[in-house]
Amino acid sequence: MKRMLVLGAGTAGTTVVNKLRPRLDKREWDITIVDQDAVHHYQPGYLFVPFGTYSPEEIVRPRERFIPPGVELVEGEIDVVKPDERVVQLTNGTVLDYDQLVIATGVTPRPDQTPGMVDEEWRRSIFDFYTLDGAVALRDALATWNGGRLVVHITELPIKCPVAPLEFAFLADAFLRERGIRDRVELVFVTPLDGAFTKPIASARLGGMLDERGIVLETDFMIERVDPSAKTLVSYDEREIPFDLLVTVPVNMGAEFVARSGLGDELNCVPVDKHTLLSTRYDNIFAVGDAADLPISKAGSTAHFSIELFAENFVHHVKGEPMTAAFDGHANCFVEAGDGKALLLDFNYDTQPLPGKYPLPVVGPFSLLEATTANHWGKHAFKWAYWNVLLPGRRLPLPALMTTAGKTREEVSQ
Amino acid sequence: MTLATMNGQDVHVDDEGFLTEYDEWDHELAKTLAANIGIELTDAHMNVLEFLRADYKEQGETATLRRVTTMGGTPTKELFRLFPKKPAKKMAYIAGLPKPVGCV
Ligand SMILES: Cc1cc2nc3c(=O)[nH]c(=O)nc-3n(C[C@H](O)[C@H](O)[C@H](O)COP(=O)(O)OP(=O)(O)OC[C@H]3O[C@@H](n4cnc5c(N)ncnc54)[C@H](O)[C@@H]3O)c2cc1C
Repeated sequence: MKRMLVLGAGTAGTTVVNKLRPRLDKREWDITIVDQDAVHHYQPGYLFVPFGTYSPEEIVRPRERFIPPGVELVEGEIDVVKPDERVVQLTNGTVLDYDQLVIATGVTPRPDQTPGMVDEEWRRSIFDFYTLDGAVALRDALATWNGGRLVVHITELPIKCPVAPLEFAFLADAFLRERGIRDRVELVFVTPLDGAFTKPIASARLGGMLDERGIVLETDFMIERVDPSAKTLVSYDEREIPFDLLVTVPVNMGAEFVARSGLGDELNCVPVDKHTLLSTRYDNIFAVGDAADLPISKAGSTAHFSIELFAENFVHHVKGEPMTAAFDGHANCFVEAGDGKALLLDFNYDTQPLPGKYPLPVVGPFSLLEATTANHWGKHAFKWAYWNVLLPGRRLPLPALMTTAGKTREEVSQ
Repeated sequence: MTLATMNGQDVHVDDEGFLTEYDEWDHELAKTLAANIGIELTDAHMNVLEFLRADYKEQGETATLRRVTTMGGTPTKELFRLFPKKPAKKMAYIAGLPKPVGCV
């Protein structure tokens, strides 16, 4: 009997086992998946918790509900991978051997990496919304906040869902208007990038949206430390940004065991071939989802599109045949704009987000790079699709590879 | 892509002036590129540039600041001293490498 071992039962790991169980012969292949806890979080929902739109209960489910029959779910924290012995050791002493290993342990926010961030102001005036605890604490803080300087901050890229901080700023603007205290708030968006976003056309559109909402944009800000007593962010080039309420997205890093196992890069992500997700060093180790070092947005949509091709390739790979499907870096993200509207970005390794209609030319129903109500409902429908289509490994009615049909390339000065 | 003349030789550059041919770079050219943006190269600069060149050759991508710090061993604060304000962009420019993509 051979064993496919999947590390991490989040978005990517769960999708992988659902896609591969039907494709791998049960008499030949065992599939085992490991996670450190029993609860699956719908992470895109974290964005809505601080504003009371989603309750915490709404966005968590037991992991086992999404693991198909014929796949063994093991609960335990991964301690180390020993690629030369083909074994994985858990912190509770369990040793699991494998023939094929899939690393899907994602990335997590690491506020401890920035000096001063997790000191006395942490969860008093400094919050994050990239964890459920953080989002809940921020909800309670926002509910009674009386105004001042609200600073929304990205520590360093890449982060998962790189548009989420912008969405937070847009939603905060709308939320504060609704509470009738927007005029008492100075809203500031701080980024290490040289604009609102990286890709030129999207950056121009999103930057314009910050402007329209009176949100101040501070660019090229590489944070060195937080000064909790002065309540300021201090950059390496000695700029200072004061805050009354800080909503930060800490550095996102892969799991420590990846580094301990000698499998990681400087952010503990696993270097892989960007078209096949195969490790650049071991031909029986893959990394999928956020854990891989792909040069594209870390997002559930990216995981979904890439795993469709990965599953096809994997079946050939284990038979010693070449992998012929090539992932193109397809990602799409809904961007909440506030007031019941959202934008949609669709892009890949080579093509930046362009305006147009999606998934069908002209009729859409979704509009690319334009704030519409249909996009907003698309974003909320994603929650349903996540539990019911994406995790169970069913196909979304969307092509895995990106297409430029229905898109226009308009002139925007770069 | 256009041709620019530097130190009497023709080099290929993109529309922001970043070299596009890895092999057209040498130490003399680095000095000229540095001077273009007001930097005088020292050994400390050269150490960083050599790391960036070697890393690019292996990875096919320009290293991020974090990578230069953790893998190349130069603290971020020092990078800001050597290449003021926009170190990632300036280092890549002088090292004759593509502008780092702010990875989304
Ligand atoms: C605020 C927010 C908003 C987002 N919005 C969107 C969106 O709108 N659209 C979109 O497509 N994506 C969005 N995302 C991104 C999306 O949630 C992630 O990209 C996706 O979950 C990645 O899946 P993954 O399986 O790679 O990682 P995860 O889903 O994070 O799973 C990793 C799993 O590994 C486990 N694990 C880690 N280390 C260990 C260990 N040592 N031992 C055992 N188990 C371990 C964890 O418990 C976890 O279950 C958002 C994310 C956040 C935080």
